[in-house]
Amino acid sequence: MGGLRLKKFRIQLMIKAQEIKKSFLVSIWFMFLTFPIMVIRVNPIEEVIEWRWKNMLIVGIGSFLLSFVWRYMLKKREAGEKRAETGESGKTFLIQRILEERRFYIPLVTGLTIIAVAFPFTFSMYQTSIMTTALMYIVLGLGLNIVVGLAGLLDLGYVAFYAVGAYSYALLNYHFGLGFWSVLPIGAVLGFIFGVLLGFPVLRLRGDYLAIVTLGFGEIIRLVLENWNEFSFGPSGIANIDRPGFFGIQFSLQAASIYLYFLMIGLVIFTIIVVNRLQNSRIGRAWIALREDETACQAMGIDKTKTKLRAFALGATWAGMVGVIFAAKTTFINPASFTFLESAMILSIVVLGGMGSILGVIIGALILILLPEYLRAFSDYRMLIFGAIMVIMMVFRPQGIIANIRRTYKFDE
Amino acid sequence: MEYFLELILGGLTRGSIYALIALGYTMVYGIIELINFAHGEIYMIGAFTALIFTSVLTLLGFNEIAVIVLASLSAVIYSSAYGYTVEKIAYMPLRSASRLSPLISAIGMSIFLQNYVLLAQTSDFLPFPNLIPEFEFIKPYRYIISSSEIIILLTTSTAMILLTFLIKFTRTGKAMRATAQDRKMAMLVGVNVNRVISITFIIGSALAALGGVLIASHVGQINFYIGFIAGIKAFTAAVLGGIGSIPGAVLGALVLGLTESFATGYISSDYEDVFAFGLLVLILIFKPAGILGRVTTQKI
Repeated sequence: MGGLRLKKFRIQLMIKAQEIKKSFLVSIWFMFLTFPIMVIRVNPIEEVIEWRWKNMLIVGIGSFLLSFVWRYMLKKREAGEKRAETGESGKTFLIQRILEERRFYIPLVTGLTIIAVAFPFTFSMYQTSIMTTALMYIVLGLGLNIVVGLAGLLDLGYVAFYAVGAYSYALLNYHFGLGFWSVLPIGAVLGFIFGVLLGFPVLRLRGDYLAIVTLGFGEIIRLVLENWNEFSFGPSGIANIDRPGFFGIQFSLQAASIYLYFLMIGLVIFTIIVVNRLQNSRIGRAWIALREDETACQAMGIDKTKTKLRAFALGATWAGMVGVIFAAKTTFINPASFTFLESAMILSIVVLGGMGSILGVIIGALILILLPEYLRAFSDYRMLIFGAIMVIMMVFRPQGIIANIRRTYKFDE
Repeated sequence: MEYFLELILGGLTRGSIYALIALGYTMVYGIIELINFAHGEIYMIGAFTALIFTSVLTLLGFNEIAVIVLASLSAVIYSSAYGYTVEKIAYMPLRSASRLSPLISAIGMSIFLQNYVLLAQTSDFLPFPNLIPEFEFIKPYRYIISSSEIIILLTTSTAMILLTFLIKFTRTGKAMRATAQDRKMAMLVGVNVNRVISITFIIGSALAALGGVLIASHVGQINFYIGFIAGIKAFTAAVLGGIGSIPGAVLGALVLGLTESFATGYISSDYEDVFAFGLLVLILIFKPAGILGRVTTQKI
């Protein structure tokens, strides 16, 4: 009896030793890998070399520990896959259960409403402004979610439509003195038109080509804005854009920021309602079907190009609208606000939150926009973390924090 | 006429650099049907490694030729190591996932590597020493072609010939072609698919590093962002020639290099990148299979 237990113990110990050896090798590999970039820093002008051996130690220890976590997570993922294969359904998440039960759902919504209404009056203008930005990203995320999450089209040039909206307000305001409320629908329509114009030629392409072409389009629009001085005032941008008014009344700075906040809350609610209705509509189902299997979808008589075009243009519409609000909020825009990194940020919101899931996107936007604001120490590492999130989420949890549960119909006797 | 000749040679030089990077894209796409967005970053890391080792070795008192050889070699080794690691972390666990997942993972990896270099090094442009010495015999033609252009053209063509040889006549090359044709079938006949994919990434990254060293010493400065634009352009070249086809990538890269050279030479240099993207969009709309690519039909 004792001997058997000892044997078991010894095997376990051997496995442990193997694991440690594996992690040790990984850490050596990473120390080698990061050696030139992390340890040495050269200043070619003054010809000084800085050696930062401390970084090597950090990389060594960090990768040693992380490799354990990595392997553990991979194992867990495999177990999950096996479970899915045998048909055992995973547990539903707490949040999903709350959403399904009315008893929890109603107080939760009331609570959120109270917080949302009280927020600008209890916190400073700065906090309100950050919150407004987060709300803008929620709408952008939900817009991109239509394209990426529902229709499965990877759009890397989403920021182009955002730029179209922002510039349409800035230019119309500058040249013709048009107000915010008259440009908001114009921005949306222009976003839609640009979506159709750009989408029409590229949507016949396969998924990965689409990604790179949209990336190219995004860069073209930015480069044109940067270089076409007569039209867009080049890199110096456009300043003194009017803040939104209310039937001709212009607000003070503080009132305007609160006004914008509530405007964004309204837009978020509007977007949620629209996207939610879309999801379960004929078009929404066609999108999801298209994402899952194009060929089967075509066989069912769905016009592939038209359906994709609808998703693309609708996504662009939201970007155009938020673009107008962005210009009105910052009162100054230049092409530097519309780089690829912006598209990448919106994409990581959708990826983190969960592709296709409305609640997921909202939570993803709040996490990714608010956290870097409050953790100033990490703000330099923001893009680094965004990149890492995209990889980690895809490897371990491609469905996002909050998975989109599709309505399923059960047959009970 | 001289201006015209200069533009042609400039375009060919540009094109051959794009070709070195484009080969990595096309090889990876040929084998696992993934656009390796992080490929441009591998090229950037190659350039950075070369710069770092050049400075260190020069300060340690090595002679010029040793510096050139060792710095280029370390760039190639490190880039290959990065390419290998990126594949193991970001793509290998996603072999059986849907198409969108590895693509997003690749974009994440690209952003991660860019910011890793930005944070660990600097965001400024760093001057890159001209590693290639001036040849005496080129002096009279200096206004048409520089010796670095000659070296670039020579190195690139040698690399292409070696690569073609490797793919056509070696066992590894055969395994690569088999994996590209049908991964499952290759596995069944005993090809170690994971190893073949790793080798593909390593070769592609090594070529990209070579391109990085050459272009950095030709242009004279680098920063963390060079990989992004170069990556898109090389991808354009790969698509132009027909993605998955190796001679196609070279042809596409040369066409792209010449187009850019003439467009910037005769039209305007402000819109240099717009021409490349414009060409990409036009190609994808009118001939998505590329110049040498075959139209594949989807089987169910």
